[in-house]
Amino acid sequence: MTTTSTSVDHNVDNQDSVLEPESVEQSTDIVVTNWKEISWQGLWKNNPALVQLLGLCPLLAVTNTFINALGLALATMLVLIVSNLTISLVQQWVTKEIRIPVFIMIIASFVTMIELLMNAYTYGLYLSLGIFIPLIVTNCAIIGRAEAFASKNPPKAAAFDGLMMGLGFAVILLLLGGSREILGQGTLFDGAQLLFGDWATALRIEIFQFDQQFLLAILPPGAFIGMGFIIAGKNYLDHKHEQKQKAQGEKHKAQRARVTTVN
Amino acid sequence: MKFMSNALMSSPHGRVRQSTNQVMRQVMYATAAGLAAQLIFFGWGVLIQIALCVTVALLAEALVLSLREKPVRATLSDGSAILTGLLLALSIPPLAPWWIAVIGTAFSIIIVKQMYGGLGFNLFNPAMAGYVVLLISFPVAMTNWQPPAELMAQSITYLDAITIIFTDFTIDGYSMSQLKLGVDGISMATPLDNFKTQLGQGFTASEITQAPIYNEHAGIGWQWINLGYLAGGLWLLKNGIIRWHIPLSLLASLTTCSFLYYAINPDLGLTPVAHLLSGATMFAAFFIATDPVSASTTVKGRIWFGAVIGVLIFVIRQWGGYPDGVAFAVLLANMMVPLIDYYTKPTAYGHKARG
Repeated sequence: MTTTSTSVDHNVDNQDSVLEPESVEQSTDIVVTNWKEISWQGLWKNNPALVQLLGLCPLLAVTNTFINALGLALATMLVLIVSNLTISLVQQWVTKEIRIPVFIMIIASFVTMIELLMNAYTYGLYLSLGIFIPLIVTNCAIIGRAEAFASKNPPKAAAFDGLMMGLGFAVILLLLGGSREILGQGTLFDGAQLLFGDWATALRIEIFQFDQQFLLAILPPGAFIGMGFIIAGKNYLDHKHEQKQKAQGEKHKAQRARVTTVN
Repeated sequence: MKFMSNALMSSPHGRVRQSTNQVMRQVMYATAAGLAAQLIFFGWGVLIQIALCVTVALLAEALVLSLREKPVRATLSDGSAILTGLLLALSIPPLAPWWIAVIGTAFSIIIVKQMYGGLGFNLFNPAMAGYVVLLISFPVAMTNWQPPAELMAQSITYLDAITIIFTDFTIDGYSMSQLKLGVDGISMATPLDNFKTQLGQGFTASEITQAPIYNEHAGIGWQWINLGYLAGGLWLLKNGIIRWHIPLSLLASLTTCSFLYYAINPDLGLTPVAHLLSGATMFAAFFIATDPVSASTTVKGRIWFGAVIGVLIFVIRQWGGYPDGVAFAVLLANMMVPLIDYYTKPTAYGHKARG
């Protein structure tokens, strides 16, 4: 999948300047951070998986069970938060020409840490995620946030943006992982012990039993089809919302028109 | 004097065009010979699968049409959903469990056909895409063809067929894997399947074809089924429903490939005749690849399209992981159609050829 490997020039962002430090130019010293806007952008409007379509390679590859998806979601989210924070902290010493290598080095070192941690504490999950843990380095969602947001914003806002983008990514991963696991194996939370330890074996829920697994849902085509449905669902909700607003706006206008004619 | 007419007509001077419904119906009639052969060799299961698939196809189509707020009755009566159901039913094993037919047909109609925009807009052949979904998802159930009737130790009545499709067991309690055992207790697969597994175990082609499921040309039963579809296809050609380009180039390329391989390596390959009369060759050549929506639209393109499918069928049968490669070959060729069409666009008179 080329999405992950290609590069950084995916400038998907339409809100680069949501938090441009306007305050620097203005006389006030306090940076006004719009926390609500950051959350909204990360979770819905600019969701890395649904709208920016970044990081699809791990997203499609490992979401065959809920727990795999959860493992990757947590790892990606942690990397996003700390890399955003670090990049925001060092932004003033990094010149424009060398910023990409610097970002990559920062991201890669955090990914290495996560990988070693997973190797040490969640070895089963480490094995089942395999190559996709080191591949988090090439996840465009992370370098994209570094480039578009963290390198232009104060540390607190950058870390919060990492959290929200990570959550937005995680929600889609879990949705896809859960639905594929239910359709494919008829279970939910299978393999939870890989992440939480032995007690979690009891979390496994057998929803229904198959004689044969529905392999399509477990294999990559199922991920593509499921992802298509999720994106379609998001677009449908947006469309409905838009129409509702338009209808409301029209109603509003009509009322005002009558008022003005009376006057 | 019939041809002298004073009425002014602009080109093209076409003949009477047939409605979609007429075309679809004639294709359905044309399956009759092959269907009859399948009935003789594989019993009542075939009819039950057809009933299941056609019902599900109509229901699924009606459901999506009403969701999309399109005219339900008018679209259903064009017969395309029924034909998709029929073609899928003819390709799945006759005694496959009922949910196989339901899942496959629903996927064909809802996702492959209607989500791409309905009849005329689907990129992929709906019946074959549904078949591939089933084959990938349930490889065991989808390769469980029972042996032809004359080779079976137990005979299957139509009640047996119903109970095995809906409950997995015949009235006497036999399961599918028991039914596959021949008189001598050896499990029998389809000729193509058996050939591939035996080849993997190091037998030569001449040793493998000694088994009772083969006769001197191809597999018992399968050759008559293929000849039936060939007859139906020729009837379609005669009626002008399909054109000769795709079937001919498909069969020609399959024959060429298998002949070359057999000439070089007679121990490892089936004869060209066996390739032509095994599996779904004739069914694919005349009923599947000729789908006017998902096939190439130019004359030269159709020849390329057929040839690609023929080569791919041979490659998948010889080296692939599945016994037959028709469905995969058709889908892969469907993907190439935009490219084929681009390079075979006919040049209009007075214009330069591309390049």
